[in-house]
Amino acid sequence: MRPQPRALLVNAALLAAAVVSLGPLAWMVSVSFMAPGEASSSPPPLLPRAATLENYHQLFARTGMGRGFANSLFLATAATLLALCFNVTAGYAFAKLRFAGRERIFRLLLGALIIPAQVAMIPLFLLLKQLGLVNTYLGVLLPSVANVFGIFLVRQYALSIPDELLEAARIDGAGEFRLFWSIVLPSLSPILVTLAIFTFLGSWNDFLWPLIVLTDDDRHTLPVALASLTREHVQDSELMMAGGVITVLPVLVLFLVLQRYYIQGLLAGSIKG
Amino acid sequence: MTLAGAEQAVRCLSIAALVCGLASCARPDSGEIVLEFWAMGREGEVVAELTRDFEARHRGIRVNVQQLPWQGAHEKLLTAFVGDATPDLAQMGNTWVPEFATLGALAPLEPLASASALVEQGDYFPGIWDTNVIDGRLFGVPWYVDTRLLFYRRDLLAQAGFSQPPRSWEEWRRMLVAIKRLPGAEHYSILVPLNEFEPLLLLGLQQDEPLLREGGRWGNFRSPGFRRALGFYLELFEQELAPRATNTQIANVWNEFARGYFAFYITGPWNIGEFKRRLPPELAGSWMTAPLPGPSGPGLSNAGGSSLVMFANSSRKEAAWKLIEYLSQPEVQRRFYALSGDLPPRRSSWEGSELGGDVYAAAFREQLERVEPTPKVPEWERIATELRVVAEQAAHGALTADAAVSELDARADRILEKRRWILAREAGE
Amino acid sequence: MKAAHAGWVFVSPALFMIAVFFLLPVLAALGLSLTDFDIYALARLDNLRFVGGGNYLRLLQTPLFWKALGNTLFFVIVGVPLSIVASLAAALLLHSAVARGKAIFRTALFAPVVTTLVAVAVIWNYLLHTRYGLINEVLGWVGISPIDWLGDPRWSMPAIILFAVWKNAGFNMVIFLAALQSIPEELYEASRIEGATALQQLRFVTLPSLAPTMVLVSILTMAGYFQLFAEPYVMTQGGPLQSTTSVLYFMYEEGFKWWNLGSASAVAFLLFLLMFAVTLLQSFALRRWSEP
Repeated sequence: MRPQPRALLVNAALLAAAVVSLGPLAWMVSVSFMAPGEASSSPPPLLPRAATLENYHQLFARTGMGRGFANSLFLATAATLLALCFNVTAGYAFAKLRFAGRERIFRLLLGALIIPAQVAMIPLFLLLKQLGLVNTYLGVLLPSVANVFGIFLVRQYALSIPDELLEAARIDGAGEFRLFWSIVLPSLSPILVTLAIFTFLGSWNDFLWPLIVLTDDDRHTLPVALASLTREHVQDSELMMAGGVITVLPVLVLFLVLQRYYIQGLLAGSIKG
Repeated sequence: MTLAGAEQAVRCLSIAALVCGLASCARPDSGEIVLEFWAMGREGEVVAELTRDFEARHRGIRVNVQQLPWQGAHEKLLTAFVGDATPDLAQMGNTWVPEFATLGALAPLEPLASASALVEQGDYFPGIWDTNVIDGRLFGVPWYVDTRLLFYRRDLLAQAGFSQPPRSWEEWRRMLVAIKRLPGAEHYSILVPLNEFEPLLLLGLQQDEPLLREGGRWGNFRSPGFRRALGFYLELFEQELAPRATNTQIANVWNEFARGYFAFYITGPWNIGEFKRRLPPELAGSWMTAPLPGPSGPGLSNAGGSSLVMFANSSRKEAAWKLIEYLSQPEVQRRFYALSGDLPPRRSSWEGSELGGDVYAAAFREQLERVEPTPKVPEWERIATELRVVAEQAAHGALTADAAVSELDARADRILEKRRWILAREAGE
Repeated sequence: MKAAHAGWVFVSPALFMIAVFFLLPVLAALGLSLTDFDIYALARLDNLRFVGGGNYLRLLQTPLFWKALGNTLFFVIVGVPLSIVASLAAALLLHSAVARGKAIFRTALFAPVVTTLVAVAVIWNYLLHTRYGLINEVLGWVGISPIDWLGDPRWSMPAIILFAVWKNAGFNMVIFLAALQSIPEELYEASRIEGATALQQLRFVTLPSLAPTMVLVSILTMAGYFQLFAEPYVMTQGGPLQSTTSVLYFMYEEGFKWWNLGSASAVAFLLFLLMFAVTLLQSFALRRWSEP
């Protein structure tokens, strides 16, 4: 069995692509264990001379990254719960409940997708100012609890629920809420996981909005805390890499565990059913 | 069915309420006053040492220090003002005071200051005190002074055949050229970071003409003086005496200074401490500070620094003023200098401290006799930013010097348009 | 009848939130863009002037706005095709019958997509460092002298494009992969019977079948690339020489640094109009491709 040259070529190319893809992330982890100043030499070292946890220690002792981690975790969890609550009911209704103007409203919502979120950003800030929500977690959360993409995702999936199933339950005398709670939700569970992971990652990685809304560094999320760390400690690359590891690791792990659901959502969202 | 709708709404709202409940981490209310104090950069790191002592003296007041990075501090303060989320008091670059005073964000301090036994106006360097007086009213108390001057490598200067730091542009130019010609690895004579507007601003302040004219209504960058300053600045890059680089591209300023990558660096007093701490011990005797050379002899520098300001929105002004008074005392300022390397704004704080004996501080003491404030208009920060942008373009050769000064005037005039309108309207009222 | 009521009850919370926190602000932005709302107006509302199209006119005369627009278009015009080619190449490799360990490779190539941009920008800042960067080191092996990636205005945008392609290619790769898997095997059978080579199969079977997906992917990618902001914010602060100031970065500075909210709203609307026009063109193309 001699391996074919073509198979060798394809697999070598894939390997090279994977190295390019993961190399920077691996190097970040490696530098985060280096002593201060070690990475600033030519040629750049690939591995620390003597691995040290000093950067992580510094990070939690001297900077706000520990607090940022807690804030990010809280905000991403809260955003996920709220998004599930608002988008799932709406998505299901657009798929399965008949009401006046349903199609028109849904088309309007899809049309709104082409408006970049940044257009609304400035008045939104003024609105939060009026509501007294600048520099609050709620101010970060509220604008994104209901979003068109989430509704669309749930609707696509809910279309596959057989009407007979719902009708049978209605004939048995179940109210719309009982029906939603006991029949619809269980059958939607895969897409709930998908929506949850999308929202969680989106919220965790979001940068611009928390940067604008949160003025208090006690409330900063990880990306915002990391960005100010990079501006303040531009000389301490090893420390920043440790900050990067703390920021990226949770989302990578979450993605690895729930990969199937994530990819499924990505495809459902981009290939119109 | 509306009942069911209500039920649905209640479900969602209860999640929202849960979120809010979690968000407002219920802090135990112990009846003590908590002061929110924002400070920037290194000051934010070290001031906590002083506030602890303050807390010990004033039972019932706790100080919560928040540290802002310098780079985003201006945006952050403005955002906080717009969002009604200002702290009780803050450190504020004294060039920003006019802007925040105009906005009505700051509490006027003259009644408090004149009644205070601890804040004595007569003891402060007048030029520095004056930066906080806007239209005759006081909006800040100087906290430390910051003027920029030369840090240089004596050994490299000696190698190039000079025993004294430069006293005029002409001498300085000769030294820079000689250092560039020294043999050895790739190096430059001076570091002038392109992401800072200060170096060019200083050269501009050294001229006779003001940077803005007619009460800050128009730019004055086409004046012969500023044109001369820009010419000198651009020469540094044209002759490769300075690298066309920003601070972020120089991985580590202190390492590079130690390696001899450049011999001159225009920077502020905080770097005395940084240089002492970060340079290798064998270089300890090889670096020194010197006042800025001027176009024809000893030159001016900027009346920079930070003030302590109190916000109009604060509901804890009395406690906040106590903290300002505490930080203004000479012995506290001496401790603060020891912690941060920031130079005190009061004469009595200089006296009887280790400052008097510090060889590196001597140049600053001399320079403080020759400082000049930047124009006191709210738009100055923005004009300074444009100064940086245009200077960077000119340094890269994308603009000629003549085009650059015209461009600067055009941009300044555009930025000042609303100010002209408001001043005209006030004059008409 | 009951179900009709229920429908409204189910959608109204979400619609209410979208109306208040999105549609209303969008309309307000339109109004705001016709005034000179600024920091003076925030202090005292009678400092507000109605300027009509003044903001739009002034923007069109502002060199930096044009520069930002040019930078953004450069990022889109160079970045989107590069990104799509990289995604397609990766998808074709993964789809190949001889590829091993597909699941692992797919995960590896997709990983950068889910990472936090700010954090990976920190790494890339370092990889791109002129003297200590790994990238210049590697270029040095093949005799290319060091490039000042983030300090030289000619290289700063290419550097950001490189970074964006690295970060985003996995996303479109997954979409292409799904599309490749849905191409009917009979088509390949038929072409094999006619004696087509692998290259001819790619040209006459694979690529035409992918065309609608291609347009869709380019619409999505373009919409994303037009909204370039965080990369320059973290990596270059819009520099050097404003070569990485994108339209949104310009808007951010105008709005949240200087508080010229009127003018910043006008910037947002101009960007929206541009994106709208481009998307319209692409949808038109999509409809043409989709026709059987």
